[in-house]
Amino acid sequence: MSGEWPLWEIFIRGQHGASHRHVGSLHAPDAEMAIKHARDVYTRRKEGVSIWAVPSSAIAASSPSKKGPMYDPADDKTYRHPTFFDIPKDVGPM
Amino acid sequence: MYAQMVKSEATQDDPEKLAAFQARIDAGEKIEPKDWMPEGYRKTLIRQIGQHAHSEIVGQLPEGNWITRAPTLERKAILLAKVQDEAGHGLYLYCAAETLGVSRDEMTEMLLDGRMKYSSIFAYPTLTWADMGAVGWLVDGAAIMNQVPLQRTSFGPYARAMIRICKEESFHQRQGFDIMMKMCAGTPAQKRMAQDALNRFWFPALMMFGPSDAESKHSAQSMAWKIKMNSNDELRQKFVDQTVPQAEYLGLTVPDETLAWNEEKGGYDFAEPDWDEFFEVLKGNGPCSAERIATRQKAWDDGAWVREGLMAHAAKKRASQMAAE
Repeated sequence: MSGEWPLWEIFIRGQHGASHRHVGSLHAPDAEMAIKHARDVYTRRKEGVSIWAVPSSAIAASSPSKKGPMYDPADDKTYRHPTFFDIPKDVGPM
Repeated sequence: MYAQMVKSEATQDDPEKLAAFQARIDAGEKIEPKDWMPEGYRKTLIRQIGQHAHSEIVGQLPEGNWITRAPTLERKAILLAKVQDEAGHGLYLYCAAETLGVSRDEMTEMLLDGRMKYSSIFAYPTLTWADMGAVGWLVDGAAIMNQVPLQRTSFGPYARAMIRICKEESFHQRQGFDIMMKMCAGTPAQKRMAQDALNRFWFPALMMFGPSDAESKHSAQSMAWKIKMNSNDELRQKFVDQTVPQAEYLGLTVPDETLAWNEEKGGYDFAEPDWDEFFEVLKGNGPCSAERIATRQKAWDDGAWVREGLMAHAAKKRASQMAAE
């Protein structure tokens, strides 16, 4: 067994109530230490008010080579955006 | 820079895939760890990011030297924060390199046994408190020159680490200049100390950019891959043009008698550093090279029981949790 500390992905929520955002990764022996390290590595300048640490091995990711089939179907569905519809000025704000 | 003389690795991949890869880079797309990439791109980046990371870590040592001897409590707290930032920068960069399939422990071992390098600048000693000023002002100043364009580098994790680092780096340069301003406004002895620091760090700072690479095939490949954004000469010129007026503001003399403003090129003419000295330092024969690696080796060895102990503790805790469930 390799003695290297496992890798964790760190997510931080900023001051203004936004979602946790991925900020980077770090090595730590366990979850408790991962959060302590994340505090030192990623919040030295009050970047956040909440930290999530997730083992990198637990992240499932989409495959980059399948980018086309995954996202292209959205190309011809521009009606999903509000700007698709022309609403006459007379109607007022909508 | 923090990564000097990085040789690009030859690549023997399918020409069609290579062309598609280059097209992505030319279109300004970011390459992410799981994307296909040429073997040479991957290996060159590991070497470059690894060397950069090692420089951040070894770079803590010359400044760490002065933490216990800072002139005031405030200066001490500031220097401590700066050195802590360097540790953080090293960690961001190690993680970026790790996405390319090398582990941090492997990179550390390669630094310790000489297979990987760190920037030549950190093989020089910091003899006086004014050196803390000169290091922040000149060394971090030179680093910023290179790191700002690298925020646009083609490899996603590297670019993101650079963005984070650049946000913090400007504090480093300013705190250095602040020390220089204070010393230059002090007693004649303090001003002499500041001048002496500039005298010793000027040429080593110019060396940070590496020798001219106008003819280098390695640099041409790295620039095509957008893992190097500017030529060494270009960045060095920019650094001199920016720094000379700052030295004048401080009332200090740049230790180069040939330094002169060249109206035609809109920049300074200046003397090249001693490149023989640079190559010696890079080979590990700098004034403090042996001491730096010995210090890193000791920290690595002395920390082994902590790394192992915490892993054992984590395993034990996991086992007792499982038993309780």
